[in-house]
Amino acid sequence: MARRAQPLEPLHWVGVAAVAVILMLSLGTLAAVAMRAEGWGSLGVADWAAVRFTVVQALISAALSCLVAIPVARALARRQFLGRGVLVTLLGAPFILPVIVAVLGLLAVFGRNGWVSQGLDLIGLPPVNIYGLHGVVLAHVFFNLPLATRLILQGWLAIPAERFRLAATLGFQPGDIARVLERPMLRAVLPGAFAVIFLVCLTSFAVALTLGGGPRATTVELAIYQAFSFDFDLARAALLALVQVALTVAAALLAMRVAIPAALGAGLDRAVERWDAGALVLRVQDIALLTIVTLFLLVPIAAVIVAGLGALPGLPASVWQATGRSLTVALGSAGLTLALALPMALLIQRLRGRAGGVLAEGVGYLTIAASPLVMGVGLFILLFPLVNPSDLALPVTATVNAAMSLPFALRALIPALAEAEAAYGRLADSLRLRGMARLRLLIVPRLARALGFSAGLAAAFSMGDLGVIALFADSEGATLPLQLYRLMAAYRMEDAMGAALLLMGASIALFWLFDRGGRLNAAA
Amino acid sequence: MLLLDGLLVRLGTFRLSADLTVPTGARIAVMGPSGAGKSTLLNAIAGFVAPEAGRILWDGRDLTPLDPGDRPVSVIFQDQNLFPHLSVAVNVGLGLRPSARLTPEEKARVGTALERVGLAGLGDRRPSQLSGGQQSRVALARMLLQARPVVLLDEPFAALGPALKAEMLDLVADLAAETGATLLMISHEPEDAKRIATDVCVVDAGQVSAPVATEALFRDPPAALRRYLG
Repeated sequence: MARRAQPLEPLHWVGVAAVAVILMLSLGTLAAVAMRAEGWGSLGVADWAAVRFTVVQALISAALSCLVAIPVARALARRQFLGRGVLVTLLGAPFILPVIVAVLGLLAVFGRNGWVSQGLDLIGLPPVNIYGLHGVVLAHVFFNLPLATRLILQGWLAIPAERFRLAATLGFQPGDIARVLERPMLRAVLPGAFAVIFLVCLTSFAVALTLGGGPRATTVELAIYQAFSFDFDLARAALLALVQVALTVAAALLAMRVAIPAALGAGLDRAVERWDAGALVLRVQDIALLTIVTLFLLVPIAAVIVAGLGALPGLPASVWQATGRSLTVALGSAGLTLALALPMALLIQRLRGRAGGVLAEGVGYLTIAASPLVMGVGLFILLFPLVNPSDLALPVTATVNAAMSLPFALRALIPALAEAEAAYGRLADSLRLRGMARLRLLIVPRLARALGFSAGLAAAFSMGDLGVIALFADSEGATLPLQLYRLMAAYRMEDAMGAALLLMGASIALFWLFDRGGRLNAAA
Repeated sequence: MLLLDGLLVRLGTFRLSADLTVPTGARIAVMGPSGAGKSTLLNAIAGFVAPEAGRILWDGRDLTPLDPGDRPVSVIFQDQNLFPHLSVAVNVGLGLRPSARLTPEEKARVGTALERVGLAGLGDRRPSQLSGGQQSRVALARMLLQARPVVLLDEPFAALGPALKAEMLDLVADLAAETGATLLMISHEPEDAKRIATDVCVVDAGQVSAPVATEALFRDPPAALRRYLG
């Protein structure tokens, strides 16, 4: 319907300012970095090795995650069992599980002194070595197998139930169903899932920091950190930052060509009724697969809980102080995410169907391809002449985290806003609801769920993030994830386990509180 | 007096034109086949659709450049007339102030309006706790407080049963008479029109006819209306 053109309200101008802030954080920091870089010639052998390693580990991680996810998603799609809902929820948990906690859990299971190695020792075999490429890939699969499974499961459940009924009346065997129904769906879904995971793994920092390292297992992100923190070679850090951006932009362009699915779609709580999957061998296969995947996801987390509980009471004061700092950063980052995302969503809604709206939305998703370490280095270069960067470690961390959470918040807010405006926009217009009154009486109540979810995601992500803070913090100002890393590096594993349990609890609690708060306020 | 002066609305390939006068205080039933442009006509008057040419005037004032909320027009839609997350009293109070922050005197007026439509004491309820008929009454109470001279009804009672619908139409006619409002309502039922409309506008193939007195119209319906009524 041809709508009347209306001028932008003050809230929309806040949205314009938010767009400017994001441009500044992504492209502005990049420009600052580029000005410090000194030609391509200074990339050394080790740097090229880092580029190669980054691409190779991301390819393997994405391929493995997708490959394993296919049978797991199929099992979830065609089996109805007690605890299926819990398992699907669990598959969403890595979104809010801090990377460093998972790494610690994986170490407890697969590490040199881990359960697997101890088991091997009993039968006289040498321990497994988790450090290096396979460790990095293991951790990436731990995080991305659940994501891939959810994405592919969505594809399975999107096949109309009528098709399976039709297949059953035609006497299709599992092979026929795979050919006619499932493979076309996988061809549509897999490229998107692969691209998303590849992109995520390209910017991996914390995993490479803890499980990689050395000349043979360094990602570009890690190399940036090392050039910056160990050598304080700003020019090389800047050059690596440009390489990193080139990598992610190339991957993002590739990813955009294939449809990127929504990561957190709802409606996965039903199984498709199938008539072809009753064979005993298929049942055993599905049950075995689901059991293995559940154990793979749960045992590392359980290991942290078991080892952490005992250490919790004796944690040093520095861990509790770091927890306080992290909570502050997380709450600040969640607030900032909403302060950026809501006005941007309002602006995008107002400019819907026009070039400005497309542009604003594009800027909102820009940080998917941005590297937090590059942003951090850029901010450091910009702030260094003005202030002591370690004084700003926490605000900078909260800001960069908010920028990284923004795409997920927009993804939740934009459709909710469009829905609210479609249903109640004309009523609000005719009642002269504008500006803050419209925000208070229409938008915030209708978006409560999406706002709570976005804030929860942003808070949990920021709580557990180990990235930019490593660039900025001095020995005094660590956040909990950084403090945890320092405990690990000092081989104080018991304290590290306690801190990991604390961090995991805090992240999940933050997400739950915000998400729950949003749901409660979304009454009626 | 509402004047549609050479009004032309274009939506894609669809065109609607209207050139007519509605006297103050008239109650007009807008009738015609679906897709003829009845809703588009109301949307143009309400300000949700910008006309391509022509003007809409109320008592000589050009409404065309005004936003929906600034027009002397209140609208009752087919559905979504109430914000489900706000109480009945707040929904009605929005008719007085968009901020919903009311003075005690204004709150008393909300209470009186609810009483007038037969919902005394239900101000604290949520719309979902009311029946369909009661929800319509809430929208009418708000319309009463808005006290705007033009009231547009886009078939808000279509989902109600015949007896309830008749009751609502009578209430609308009473309220319009109380405030002296000029009423335009979309209707599919000749009975509705005969019940409360003073005049009927027939919309057919993108053309709006001038209002004709209801009784005279149904005594000798024009070809377009006869086709529609069957």
